[in-house]
Amino acid sequence: MSVGKAIPHESAEGHVTGGALYTDDLVTRYPGCLHAWPVQVLHARATVDAMRVEPALAVPGVVTVLTAADVIGENNTGVARRDEVLFDTEVHYWGQAVAWVLGETEEAAKMGALAVELDVTPGDAILGIEAAIAAESFHTEPGQIARGDVAAAMKAAPRTLSGELFVGGQEHFYLETHAAIASVDEAGSVLVQSSTQHPTETQEIVARVLARPKNQVVVQSLRMGGAFGGKEVQANPIAAVAALGCVKTSRPVRVRLDRARDFAISGKRHPFLGRYEIGFDDTGRVLAFDLELWSDGGYSLDLSAPVFHRALFHADNAYHLRDVRVRGRVCKTNACSHTAFRGFGGPQGMVMIEDALDAVARALRVPPHVVRARNFYQPGDTTHYEQEVSQADRITRIWDDLKRSSEFDARWAEVARFNEAHPNEKRGLAITPVKFGISFTAKHFNQAGALVLVYKDGSVQVNHGGTEMGQGLHTKMQQVAAQALGVPLERVRVMPTRTDKVPNTSATAASSGSDLNGAAIQAACETIAERLREVAGRMLAIDPGELEIADGVVARADGQGEALPFAEVVERAYLDRVQLSATGFYRTPRIHFDEAAGRGRPFHYFAYGAAACEVEVDRFTGMYAIRRVDILHDVGDSLSPLVDLGQVEGGFMQGVGWLTQEELWWAPDGRLGTVNASTYKLPTVGELPEELHVRLLPKATEPGVVYGSKAVGEPPFMLAISVREALRQAVSAFGEAPSSVPLASPATAEQVFWAIERVTGAEERRAAE
Amino acid sequence: MASELRFTLNGAPVSADGADPNTTLLGWLRARGLTGSKEGCAEGECGACAVLFVREGPDGQTRYTPVNGCLVLLGACAGQEVLTVEGLADGELHPVQRAMVELGGSQCGYCTPGFVVSLFAEYYRRGRAEEGFDLESIAGNLCRCTGYRPIRDAGRGLPMVDDADPRRARLGAPAPAVEAFTLEGATEGGRRFFRPATLAEATAIYARHPDARLVCGGTDLVVEINQRLSRFETILSLEGVAELRAFDDAEDALTIGAAVPLSEIEERLDGALPILEELLPLFSSRLIRNRATLGGNLATASPIGDSPPVLLALDAEVIAVSAEGERSIPIDALFTGYRQTSLRPGELIARVRIPKPFPTVGRFFKVSKRVHDDISCVAAGFALSIEDGVVQRARLAYGGVAATPARAKAAEAALEGKPWSRAAVDEAKAQLAGAFTPMTDQRGSAAYRAAMVPSLLEKLWAETEAR
Ligand SMILES: Cc1cc2nc3c(=O)[nH]c(=O)nc-3n(C[C@H](O)[C@H](O)[C@H](O)COP(=O)(O)OP(=O)(O)OC[C@H]3O[C@@H](n4cnc5c(N)ncnc54)[C@H](O)[C@@H]3O)c2cc1C
Ligand code: FES
Ligand code: FES
Repeated sequence: MSVGKAIPHESAEGHVTGGALYTDDLVTRYPGCLHAWPVQVLHARATVDAMRVEPALAVPGVVTVLTAADVIGENNTGVARRDEVLFDTEVHYWGQAVAWVLGETEEAAKMGALAVELDVTPGDAILGIEAAIAAESFHTEPGQIARGDVAAAMKAAPRTLSGELFVGGQEHFYLETHAAIASVDEAGSVLVQSSTQHPTETQEIVARVLARPKNQVVVQSLRMGGAFGGKEVQANPIAAVAALGCVKTSRPVRVRLDRARDFAISGKRHPFLGRYEIGFDDTGRVLAFDLELWSDGGYSLDLSAPVFHRALFHADNAYHLRDVRVRGRVCKTNACSHTAFRGFGGPQGMVMIEDALDAVARALRVPPHVVRARNFYQPGDTTHYEQEVSQADRITRIWDDLKRSSEFDARWAEVARFNEAHPNEKRGLAITPVKFGISFTAKHFNQAGALVLVYKDGSVQVNHGGTEMGQGLHTKMQQVAAQALGVPLERVRVMPTRTDKVPNTSATAASSGSDLNGAAIQAACETIAERLREVAGRMLAIDPGELEIADGVVARADGQGEALPFAEVVERAYLDRVQLSATGFYRTPRIHFDEAAGRGRPFHYFAYGAAACEVEVDRFTGMYAIRRVDILHDVGDSLSPLVDLGQVEGGFMQGVGWLTQEELWWAPDGRLGTVNASTYKLPTVGELPEELHVRLLPKATEPGVVYGSKAVGEPPFMLAISVREALRQAVSAFGEAPSSVPLASPATAEQVFWAIERVTGAEERRAAE
Repeated sequence: MASELRFTLNGAPVSADGADPNTTLLGWLRARGLTGSKEGCAEGECGACAVLFVREGPDGQTRYTPVNGCLVLLGACAGQEVLTVEGLADGELHPVQRAMVELGGSQCGYCTPGFVVSLFAEYYRRGRAEEGFDLESIAGNLCRCTGYRPIRDAGRGLPMVDDADPRRARLGAPAPAVEAFTLEGATEGGRRFFRPATLAEATAIYARHPDARLVCGGTDLVVEINQRLSRFETILSLEGVAELRAFDDAEDALTIGAAVPLSEIEERLDGALPILEELLPLFSSRLIRNRATLGGNLATASPIGDSPPVLLALDAEVIAVSAEGERSIPIDALFTGYRQTSLRPGELIARVRIPKPFPTVGRFFKVSKRVHDDISCVAAGFALSIEDGVVQRARLAYGGVAATPARAKAAEAALEGKPWSRAAVDEAKAQLAGAFTPMTDQRGSAAYRAAMVPSLLEKLWAETEAR
């Protein structure tokens, strides 16, 4: 069996030796390559009245300055809408690039960029969600999903409360910043090496700015040093600049943003503002939930609409809400264009209901986990958009199992004892569930193609449309192909992703990479295996239906009779003029959604999980430590357990960063003040809890998905909500059973400190003084 | 004109003749096609660029010292022996590489070369056999994918070093010395790099080139090169100056040379001065501490530097030297304004003298978003000399609450001569209210910083009272 085996990442040896190449590592393989550096405007809103490039051209080593005049085709890289001018005279956010300097060296390009002179007139910027609401600056019309009569249910509810929560954005901080290298071949067609999650779209945008048909542009995504959604559309303008520079100069051109420029220019996870009212009974059963959301989309639409929709879809998390209304709009502001990021709006939606349920529990003086469990979906329940919650029983199954394995109840009592004895340090324990819908909500993206090539020696090349960004997709695809063809893993090589192998692919996103591409590869391999069984059947003079190919051997399924090596059958097939390559194609069945009605079946299935977390908080500073985390997560029948474990743990820790210390700080003039690792703090190994127990849910076959597996990229991210809720629990212990524990997000030490001040009344005392 | 720059790279001699002295080792490696070392931040925070120097440690033994390649100037490599990730596998994977592969320690792999380098140094660390794996060894490496658990497990599971290991054999022979080196007339503009070996030479060069920028570890200066795109015509490196690398624990004072790397101070202190030992592990990461120095930290004079509050609390003296001679500056008189010091032109910091006896209570508190490898929002150094329950001398020094690191003198006075008691703490807190007017920035709001000033004293009280 290749599938289901715990194996290291297929490039692991390349990673540890430094031999694995990333886009920017290829630069010395392009002799004569030019280097690009952006000319940035340091205003959040401005008009460029004049630009003088001559001083830059005088800098030794500067070759040229790319401006709007060099754009052959359309000067616009917008995807959802034509709202991203590549070389613009209007400045929409602080640090926007308005021209690019090309130099013989990176140093020359940098010095050239500093030398370009700009006359700019600053304008009034709209900064943040509240300002956008006040100015009625929106990208989208109001959208909503509703069921029942929320107003009537709210009125009838024995108790109600309302709340407001702003959740900050998040920088992707893929370790590899945006990069592209463009070159032209002897026929003049363009090859772009791009660190992109969506080679097809990058190809489309490059073709657009060059005014060329797509068949004149090839995009290759070798592998990415992390992406997390940040390279789903935002790799496109980078590639476009490289391609334009290359066509203009007839030399290869490399564009690579350093961290500070990547931070300033590229978009982030959307900040969200939520205001809710929740109606409930005395047992904590939710009777009505009315949520209004606003997201900060930044200056252009980008993926903000589907991100917003996913927030609406996930405002229920794992809870059955009968009378419910979730609605809102995407704000248009003078910030970089916020974009896809692991979870794609789902986390922002889910954190709202978790915030509300904690408030309900505190109002009732019931432990929050009791209120959560009381509202879980049960088999047969439908979501607020009326999709049946398949395998809803897993929510309770996971919850009960995790509570047992984490010794939750005993520790709850232990934490109370600790808090009793320690006035200045308090601990908090919380458990939260995750339910996450799998599929692109844009239906047409739910398709994939593959091209499988078997060579005469029996070795195999697999091409598929998915990109490798560290999530282990190629590892899984190698396992799927080996399994479906019946050859040992070593015989299968997964090729770099290129638009000239598989056309019209979807972004590798929405956690769906292995579901879609795996199914396409499986189909292609099965076509070839079928042909080979027929060949072997003729060789052995038996019915091909009785034959099985496994571990590189073709033999009868019952093990009886002669066995043929795979390579021998392949050789025979070649001589018999049987085709040894095949394409495969897959489209996700039975999904649909009517946006106007807010009804449908947008998701193929749901992924589930839960996490229990314990923290300890210091009263004097608000600083805290995560003491222990237990996770149980549903990945179906794992295709590759080591990869899946890595996704669960890594996703969780990334979520921890989002909710705790990763604070994006914009200065009052719209400048992003956190533009590098010295000011923007990702978790380090120091934040990894000493005790971290992660298990994958056993016996979890998902019917209708490749080898019974489930998507795993995004869902574990939201397990981190348990950390935020544990912090609130700890903060509450500083007060006398406070009736609510507001906590800003991210919950930096400062914010935890203020939350403590609130529950202890110190804040009021301070204000009174 | 000396324009030769030679060193040993992965066992082979290389030359970087004629390089601009503003070039970093990482930039040079990558431009040469040695792309295993990655650039994740170019400011010493992510460790993706980590490389190894073969250096002599304070114990006199040769060791592998991991540093941030993005913050090492090429001139610092002259005559040195450097290893990069490409040079670690010897035909087959090195044990640290194997551990990373087998445990799933890499996902996207971009951070991996840096982790492998950090783990490699830890693998050969002599103390590992008794002390076990030191988590600090990887605290200066960021990974966005794995969440660190498999990397931590890889570190913890590392086997002991094999006797026949050729990499260990290298540690049996002396490391290259940091010798005098000059790079002049290298570039068209004639940019220069000096690395003298004696203090006399250093001050003479400084007198000759008063506009030279001093550099020691480079952990501030090279950030300026990378992030602010500053380019320096003349760079004077102090890291080879023998006198500045002295460490002297005498009867009346502890004296630390300005160019002693912080990790060396950590090792040499060995329990002598708890307040400093509390500070050092919280000061950035091991990778940075392997290069960063006290001289650099003081001369940078950042209001959020970590050593100033501690040295203020300890009444340290700074010994400044120029071609004219030596003088002592009380640390309290060193910081004159935002990132400004009372050092005169041509003067450099030679050493820091901490008088004895040390205070009976010394604590360092650092408030930051992240416990490890973060820069302070607020830092405090508290030192009390308590005799028979009475505070004889009190020093309350803060960073992050004013344009310079500063003492709260009125609050100190409120404590002195009083029993260390609730009442005295309350009086001191009354004096602290409004003592500083901090600013809001990305590390914290003015209100939070202001709140931390009394709160950290309260923390000191709670923690000393508990003991
Ligand atoms: C990732 C990272 C994390 C950091 N974390 C911290 C932290 O937690 N706490 C903290 O306080 N700092 C921190 N710093 C800042 C820096 O590491 C320290 O200030 C360090 O002590 C500087 O020492 P250096 O030898 O590297 O200085 P260099 O960069 O070599 O020099 C710094 C400045 O001092 C001058 N200088 C150097 N030596 C002398 C001398 N002997 N006499 C006169 N002038 C001199 C130089 O001209 C330069 O202006 C961090 C830096 C980085 C890159
Ligand atoms: S590149 Fe990040 S530490 Fe050097
Ligand atoms: S494996 Fe991707 S950053 Fe560490």
